[in-house]
Amino acid sequence: MTAPDLLADAVVKRFADHVAVDSLSFSVDRGSFFSILGPSGCGKTTLLRMIAGFIAPDSGDIVIGGKSMRGVAPNRRPVNMVFQQLALFPMMSVGENVAFGLARRGTPKAERRKRSEAMLERVGLAGAAHKRVDELSGGQRQRVAIARSLVLEPTLLLLDEPLGALDLKLREHMKIELKQLQAAFGTTFVYITHDQSEALVLSDHVAVMSGGRFEQLGTPQDLYYRPATPFVASFVGANNRIVGRATRLDGQTAEVTTAEGWTILAQRHAAVRLGDSVEAFVRPEAVNLGRSESELPPGRVAHAGVVESLLFDGANSAVLLRETRTRREFRIALPQTGQFADLRVAEPIFFSFDAARATCFAARKP
Amino acid sequence: MSRRWQGSFTLALLLAPALLWLGCLIVLPHVDLAILSFREREGPRHYVASLAQYRTFFAEPLYWRVFLRTAIISVLATALTLVAAFPIAWVIAKLARGRSGSLLFIVCLIPFWVSETVRTLGWMILLRQSGVLPGLLVKLGLAGVPPELLYHDATIFVGLVYTSMLFMLIPLISSLETLDNSLVEAAYDLGASGFTVLRTIVVPHAAPGISAGCIIVFMLTLGNYLTPALLGGKNSQWFTEQIYTQFITRFNWEQGAAFGFLLLALSTAIVVAGLRLSGQRFGDVMRGT
Repeated sequence: MTAPDLLADAVVKRFADHVAVDSLSFSVDRGSFFSILGPSGCGKTTLLRMIAGFIAPDSGDIVIGGKSMRGVAPNRRPVNMVFQQLALFPMMSVGENVAFGLARRGTPKAERRKRSEAMLERVGLAGAAHKRVDELSGGQRQRVAIARSLVLEPTLLLLDEPLGALDLKLREHMKIELKQLQAAFGTTFVYITHDQSEALVLSDHVAVMSGGRFEQLGTPQDLYYRPATPFVASFVGANNRIVGRATRLDGQTAEVTTAEGWTILAQRHAAVRLGDSVEAFVRPEAVNLGRSESELPPGRVAHAGVVESLLFDGANSAVLLRETRTRREFRIALPQTGQFADLRVAEPIFFSFDAARATCFAARKP
Repeated sequence: MSRRWQGSFTLALLLAPALLWLGCLIVLPHVDLAILSFREREGPRHYVASLAQYRTFFAEPLYWRVFLRTAIISVLATALTLVAAFPIAWVIAKLARGRSGSLLFIVCLIPFWVSETVRTLGWMILLRQSGVLPGLLVKLGLAGVPPELLYHDATIFVGLVYTSMLFMLIPLISSLETLDNSLVEAAYDLGASGFTVLRTIVVPHAAPGISAGCIIVFMLTLGNYLTPALLGGKNSQWFTEQIYTQFITRFNWEQGAAFGFLLLALSTAIVVAGLRLSGQRFGDVMRGT
């Protein structure tokens, strides 16, 4: 077992009276793709900038490749960063951009050129060395920014929402490309984003960050199927949120009753006790639809609703309905079989879900 | 048809003040001066075309030495102004945020509310032998008798840099403000030292602003009359003083006109050379500010 490439030990950063990063400790294994996912203002950029060395932690230590980075300036760290706006140097050609870091290390000119051209070839930009930066497309610039960092063979590559500036189609494409590049180079990537789909698709491990702390650190599957906190459940993927009280506990299952008296069954999270106010989450794709109660799988509690609107989005199509008693909105993914393609607005409908696939947590303090 | 005619009429009207300004105040006087400079007085109210005025300039060492001295001091003063203004511009454009940035800029601007003559006289009050600074030097025991700080070349430099500062600051600040901070960080992140970042990223980005500031300051300095005359006194040997002498003291308008044209040629030559050296074009530089 090799030492982790990145190790954070109780890292703290405060700005005035606001704690941006609150005593974080974690490690990132060599060669893995690690994402930090969180809404804006959660402290993820501060954390990344501390790893890069642009700001110093108030306390705690960051260890990269086995060496403490305390007091080490950004230009002396074995870390390179791909900036949000890429920050390619417009006054230089593509080749000069890629060779910039090598030149700073005193690599001879001939070798600099050879290595930067070889790197451009690896990212699929062979022969682009003489081009100006503004002659490249968005995706090509992205690759130049990555090549410029990877040519230095850093221990860690930091990526600060590099796909944020791209349009949707290109973003989907670059996601795949980034994953392939990371696999091909084997460099450890630390990637920050507020886009949960980027984090889920790309990463080996994802940390969900909120208020300067990690809510949960795990594989994308863990986050999606076994969220540890209500924040993770609502932030990662679409989820139906039902607020109520735990009115009955039965082994792992809790009965949740809303203020209006609607009851559902959900898997109980450890801390939930009888009478607690709770938040329950049900994934849209975990719910079955039926035109009558008998169409639903047997042995479950059936709920009734009225179709509110139909959200057609190809494979991600869903129906939005209102539960009959509470008038609460509930989102259900439409099956791919086309079974409910003829659903109409205002049509009464029944739905049910397996209690094991719904989760309930003790409610967050407001 | 009529609409197009209207359009060009409006354009002509809009351009009229600028054209009048250029024509009446710049082109016409210069044409007249050019004619003046190429003639020689043979007798009362009798002139012939000749190159005598220009010949005198090259034949008389005092004239061309003052000419060269003016050119060299102007170039040096421009360089000094750039070096002094760059850190200030960096602080205002990059480090000071929001209100403190504009406050610093106003601090740089305030002296320009006072007329140039009064400002220069202020320097005289500070520097003359019975002035504030020499008195202070004596009090601190750094000098036995109050030294005369006026009428040195260094004094002229101080005055010229001070007068020109704002005109260097404005183009520098506006070009540094457009520099994306992440470029500086990226260069630093890729292993560059502070000086390398300055050399490879900041200066190339700010080049149009640097050139524009240098051109403005150089022209102001070269054509400055008041500062060298007051701070340099009789020793200042500034070329504009020679022009003044020819026109006003000696009533030799022909000679003065020739000197004027030589100065114009000099400033044009140095600006063109400077742009060539830095590989820039005049139009780009002026657009960039």
